[in-house]
Amino acid sequence: MKYTAIADQPVESHEPSGFISKYVWSQDHKVIAIQYGATAIFVGLVAVVLSGLMRLQLGFPDTFDFINPNTYLQFVTMHGMIMVIYLLTAILLGGFGNYLVPLMIGARDMAFPYLNMLSYWTYLLAVLVLLASFFVPEGPTGAGWTLYPPQTILEGTPGHDWGIIFMLVSLAIFIVAFTMGGLNYVTTILQARAPGMTLMRMPLTLWGIFIATIMGLLAFPALLVSAIMMLMDKVVGTSFFMPALMSLGESVDYSDGSPLLFQHLFWFFGHPEVYIVALPAFGIVSDILATHARKNIFGYRMMVWAIVIIGLLSFVVWAHHMYVSGMNPTFGFFFATTTLIIAVPTAIKVYNWLLTLWRGDIHLTVPMLFAIGFIFTFTHGGLSGLFLGNVVVDLPLSDTYFVVAHFHMVMGVSPVLVLFAAVYHWYPLITGRQLHRGLGRLHFWVTFLGTYAIFLPMHYLGFLGVPRRYYAMGETDFIPESAQSLNASITVSALIVGLAQLIFLANLIWSLKQGRRSEPNPWKANTLEWQTPDLPPRHGNWGEQLPRVYRWAYAYSVPGCKDDYIPQNLPPERVEKLEPAEASKEKPE
Amino acid sequence: MKLWQALTEKSWLEEGIPPAPTASLAQRRFLSQRTALGLFLAIATILFSLFAVTYLTHSQYPGFLALTGEAWRPLGDLSQLWINTALLVTSSLLMQWSLNNARAGKPALSAGTLLGAALFALQFLVAQLWFWQQLNGMGYGVTSNPSSSYFFLFTGVHGLHLLGGVIVLYSPLSHMWRASGAVPIINSLRLCTLYWHYLLSIWLLLFLLLTRSPETYRVLAALCGVEA
Repeated sequence: MKYTAIADQPVESHEPSGFISKYVWSQDHKVIAIQYGATAIFVGLVAVVLSGLMRLQLGFPDTFDFINPNTYLQFVTMHGMIMVIYLLTAILLGGFGNYLVPLMIGARDMAFPYLNMLSYWTYLLAVLVLLASFFVPEGPTGAGWTLYPPQTILEGTPGHDWGIIFMLVSLAIFIVAFTMGGLNYVTTILQARAPGMTLMRMPLTLWGIFIATIMGLLAFPALLVSAIMMLMDKVVGTSFFMPALMSLGESVDYSDGSPLLFQHLFWFFGHPEVYIVALPAFGIVSDILATHARKNIFGYRMMVWAIVIIGLLSFVVWAHHMYVSGMNPTFGFFFATTTLIIAVPTAIKVYNWLLTLWRGDIHLTVPMLFAIGFIFTFTHGGLSGLFLGNVVVDLPLSDTYFVVAHFHMVMGVSPVLVLFAAVYHWYPLITGRQLHRGLGRLHFWVTFLGTYAIFLPMHYLGFLGVPRRYYAMGETDFIPESAQSLNASITVSALIVGLAQLIFLANLIWSLKQGRRSEPNPWKANTLEWQTPDLPPRHGNWGEQLPRVYRWAYAYSVPGCKDDYIPQNLPPERVEKLEPAEASKEKPE
Repeated sequence: MKLWQALTEKSWLEEGIPPAPTASLAQRRFLSQRTALGLFLAIATILFSLFAVTYLTHSQYPGFLALTGEAWRPLGDLSQLWINTALLVTSSLLMQWSLNNARAGKPALSAGTLLGAALFALQFLVAQLWFWQQLNGMGYGVTSNPSSSYFFLFTGVHGLHLLGGVIVLYSPLSHMWRASGAVPIINSLRLCTLYWHYLLSIWLLLFLLLTRSPETYRVLAALCGVEA
């Protein structure tokens, strides 16, 4: 096994030379990050297509013969699971985490590069097993992404035989991959920071990745436990989650299991998972806002603490996903209270983002547009979460489209907007070229307005009582016919937004060769990843000398200084000051 | 306190480089490995704790038949499990001895005791497998009752962790084989010993948990807030 220390040696001594060792079995964190990112985007596109198919059925029922109730449920399940686990978790931590952690802390690579490589290939195996479930008899599981027993493994649920086995095995493999990667990120941040990079000088992106990874390491075991136990119920015939019951008129061979136990385990993982996705997004947005508004992040220390507090609180709110499963009213009160309390640090973050923008020198670049878009969608999604956090409001709204709209706004659209912001922001670092600005703006506006056209009406459908996960509404008195028109309009919007992503993909590919060459540090950012001697950074990142860090990452528009940014590694004596006469011309704030 | 100081630093006010840590390359390598192992043990602890909480929950369901209690119950006689425990204790002691020998500059003895530790660990695993067979033969297979399902589950997951540990012993052994010098051998052994003692503690706790009476389960479940 190789360690950071090995990467500390001169680059030439360990830089891989062959194609295979450089781009396939690579131990370089940047190549691994791109591998993670490309795989996650590919599998994410599969999920986008699935959502398009779902919307076609909902918008125009009885039109498409190849979508039946079973395939519809399979699309729903696979869309949800792929988006949450295999796209968002993987790309934010495996992709951006891998790329940015060593660069932002001023290290040459991860603490355990070999383990890092192993993590990617294990992740790829998990993805392949998951995709293989499309080709097994009866297809993938259609139990919903929550995989609740007993229906998950009983006849009548699509993919109850092989589909669910492949899903559970794939999840278990993913967790192994995540654990290998996560151990690396946390260890690297704790042990391999450049001289001067104290914890409180780290950019918020790193704080988000750091805390999200710790949360992932502590929360994924709950999913692993439930996957192992359900796999045993399915394959061996144990009764961990399966009660004695009748299925299709016959009693099954299970007894004494508890389906509720699975729900607790699943949500003990599932709720922190929301923040495993959200915290890196919070961090990335903070850095993009500060850089493109040329202003220090407002309340840096409070932002760090808020990330930590959100991480802690997210472990004591899980049962708010289970109000309709039934629980002691005292527990309902407890979980509603903790859920509402978590809004406090989250609101602090939103206010601080707004105050960072306040009187900033805002550059409406494409990453900035996406970052500001995130503030809108996240605030909307967060506010509807306050409704659902209350037991009495949740009960009638549970399992309606209001919930679908809420979680898509808060943990679907919002992190995806940040993902786009991050790609537009760091693309020049990764490739050395700029993405096309006009295409980027078009992509932003269609995506941002389109997602509102999709998810805003869904809140209304939820209020009407339209249930989620239904293949067709059938004859339901309390749902007016106009709801169907709304569904059709949502589908049209969804298809437009889906197609708009092709603009993004085309931009990514076109700019790789044709994009304008980027100058070093094109956004004039302070963080270390932009201060490497080469763009894109070479193997070993830093040439002969590791950087030394003199200040925090948000020294933007410092009064009395010539430039409006001071990189973290610029020695104080090299910071250019304004002449006294020029300084006195500076407008007092 | 150190953490509190770190988290309350006013980084926007201060410039300059704090004194750099003076750790050597080998020390930094060891610190990284120790941090990663500490995290891994935290993850494993959560894994076993979650299994244990679900076990206690199950123990309060009407169909749960504890493995202990009456003399005729499968774990009425614990002598076999005590023997298995003795094997793991011996393995752990040998591992500690190996570390002590390495520290005392006795590489040959250290390698011998390390191999002994691995051998006893493997013997523990074989003995556990044999006990599985015995239970199965008595009619307490993996599906007969949640209590026996949990016995197989707990011991299986613990066994896999131990097997992983035995494979990782490759690291100190390769250091010894290559005569890499005392520091890498000692550092490697320190981590392995920590892992070995951890797995012994987990086994002792599992042993304790799996062999309690229904009354004790009731009390434990009530303490965890999962009483029926």
